[in-house]
Amino acid sequence: MPKTALMGSRIRERRQVLGMKQAELARAAGISASYLNLIEHNRRKIGGKVLLGIAQALQVDVTALTEGAEEALLDALREAAAVSRRDEAETDRMEEFVARFPGWAQLVAAQRRRILSQDRSIAALNDRLTHDPVLSEAMHDILSTVTAIRSTVSILAETPELEAVWRDRFLRNLQEESTRLVDGSQSLVSYFEDQVRTDTPFTTPLEALEVFLARRDFHLPDLETLAGPEAVAPAVEALLEAAEELNTPQARALGQTYLTRYARLALRLPADRIAALWRETPDPGALARQTRFGLADIMLRLALVPAEALGTRLGLVICDAAGALLFRKVPDGFPVPRFGAACAVWPLFQALSRPTIPAHALVETPPGRRFETWTVATPEGIAGFDTPPVFRAAMLIGPDTGALPPESAAPVGTTCRICPRPGCAARREPSILLE
Amino acid sequence: MAKTVLLVEDEPNIVEAIGFILSRSGYQVHSHGDGATAVQTVRREAPDMLILDLMLPNRGGLEILRDLRADPDLKSLPVLMLTARGQKKDREQAELFGVSAFMSKPFANGDVLERVRALIGEA
Repeated sequence: MPKTALMGSRIRERRQVLGMKQAELARAAGISASYLNLIEHNRRKIGGKVLLGIAQALQVDVTALTEGAEEALLDALREAAAVSRRDEAETDRMEEFVARFPGWAQLVAAQRRRILSQDRSIAALNDRLTHDPVLSEAMHDILSTVTAIRSTVSILAETPELEAVWRDRFLRNLQEESTRLVDGSQSLVSYFEDQVRTDTPFTTPLEALEVFLARRDFHLPDLETLAGPEAVAPAVEALLEAAEELNTPQARALGQTYLTRYARLALRLPADRIAALWRETPDPGALARQTRFGLADIMLRLALVPAEALGTRLGLVICDAAGALLFRKVPDGFPVPRFGAACAVWPLFQALSRPTIPAHALVETPPGRRFETWTVATPEGIAGFDTPPVFRAAMLIGPDTGALPPESAAPVGTTCRICPRPGCAARREPSILLE
Repeated sequence: MAKTVLLVEDEPNIVEAIGFILSRSGYQVHSHGDGATAVQTVRREAPDMLILDLMLPNRGGLEILRDLRADPDLKSLPVLMLTARGQKKDREQAELFGVSAFMSKPFANGDVLERVRALIGEA
């Protein structure tokens, strides 16, 4: 297939750049407008005098029309066809495909680039699994522990009339190794969690927004000192422009919604004021009454104020009525899953079953750390008579201040897969720490 | 006189378990947990066979094996290598250096005993 197959598209492009009408170019080249229309849609092949006439009228060299910038695209399509295991791509009609369906051709090339990039990521991950010194050491440690347990258990089970001194010794060894195995497994799981957190590129707009916020510790000084409501839009726009994490239209749109809400909250309730109120009364309910803010707004505002100003670090998790986590500011020691569903026992999800009723509760994570939580589910937006309200639940999380009795602490986890709590009624799937 | 087995392994509970199994079968077992001084210990103790862990503190099992094989007196010492890394590359490297047998962790007690008997016979 000759490279000239896309010549018509190049002619049209050049003409449009010059701001010429089709009729003008046709007249200058000495051809009819309808013939030029067919040429521009790659329906007629041209050469010789006609091509020369068009090139002169467009003030370009003939080669600029016969050879175009589509080569890179064609190369990508050739590569895609070459790696296809099935011999079904019509490579002899590739240029025609590019000419007639440029959007689809770009999409195929983009998919090819994406697959290549993912292949490289998979290869890098495979390499890491094989050669990562931390993983290698962790696996060695776990396998050594398992070996010690297996050998010791065999001795205890298979040695008749084992002397008491040996039995006690092996039981003690078994206890030691079991504890070591739990620690090793947990550190391995944490290692993978950390790797995923730091290495994986953003897969969703929500994730991109989370990374944008987390890198700034959920505090945006540019939105804290705005002069008035008219300053909100330009400040948000400037932040979005500079945010390298929000690099898709969808992520930017989500960012705009979130940052606008942030800026409006900050205008109505400056950081130093809410910080002073919190230090005086660390209770979001009391603060909502004092400031006439809604509970959901006051909780979000509190989560956006730096820990130094509040005197404590507060976390916030927001979910929709389907339980999907929409906002995650994680307080130290309170693990929140990055993927998949969180722990069903969290007060956050219980709030969805009693909309608009706030709750203050103590929870305890598997390592035994206690946190105070304030939760409420509120309707989002304005419901009409013919549309049901859409609820979202928010859970503000802070360190245990002793305001609630320790015995009231509800045992919670992160997500079932890595939760070591046996016999939990809310368990959805087995835990790798209990298998 | 009982045959002697030197166990070069840094995990005390594995040492205790293997030591117990082999001792009950009549072997005399000594242990050593540091890679850096393992070769000197082998020369000093002159065991009938060596059980050697691949991953040891300060010096790896493969290096120790290479040094043993370079010593004419220890060239034919039976060496059973234990490792948590049952990967092909390590196994190939160990075979290249002249390992007598290779076992991947976790292993069964009976298998260790069987390998020891195969290498140096009954105690």
